[in-house]
Amino acid sequence: MIYHAADIPVWGAILIASFMILGGALALIGAIGFLKLSTFYDRIHPPTLSTSWGTGGIMMASILFFTFASGRPVLHEILIGIFVTVTTPVTFMLLARAALHRDRADGNPDVPQPRIGSDLQGPN
Amino acid sequence: MSAIIILTAVGIAQIMLVLAMAIVAIRIFYGPRAQDRIIGLDALYINAMLLLATFGIGTGRTVYFEAALVIGLIGFVTTVSLAKFLMRGEVIE
Repeated sequence: MIYHAADIPVWGAILIASFMILGGALALIGAIGFLKLSTFYDRIHPPTLSTSWGTGGIMMASILFFTFASGRPVLHEILIGIFVTVTTPVTFMLLARAALHRDRADGNPDVPQPRIGSDLQGPN
Repeated sequence: MSAIIILTAVGIAQIMLVLAMAIVAIRIFYGPRAQDRIIGLDALYINAMLLLATFGIGTGRTVYFEAALVIGLIGFVTTVSLAKFLMRGEVIE
């Protein structure tokens, strides 16, 4: 099934275009920050720009496009949005824990040491 | 008119997403340690998923949605298993 962009009113097209350019610009800004920042614990933050409003903007544009073009509400892109929003904190938390574990195992003095009595102490 | 607006925005968004993928690939290539490369791979997956969604808008086909969903799922599983490997030295213990 192919939907045509010419069936969409002009104000809807402007709305779709602004959401899409917002999403693409946030993904690009996140990538540039990911390249420019200096330490790993700084670099873990910028990719979340493209997973929060980068994904949100482009999925919103997709929802609006198929809703306007087919004349009925099309909401299945929300699945991707919910999935990415739920899973990104999990993956980045796991990666940060793994990186902290590796830095502590290397004896890097720049990372915080485990508290006395916490379960992170000892052979983890 | 509305087709021109949407196709222009799709082109701009695709150029920005491809630039983002190229920048992330630079970080994957030069990344000082393994965790930088893994997080770069995760960002690459997310940007590829967004690029497929913009392809779906540009062509007006709904089949790209399924491809984007599968890429999102596989990216999550990949990053979690690689983080587990960094943490413990093996994935399934």
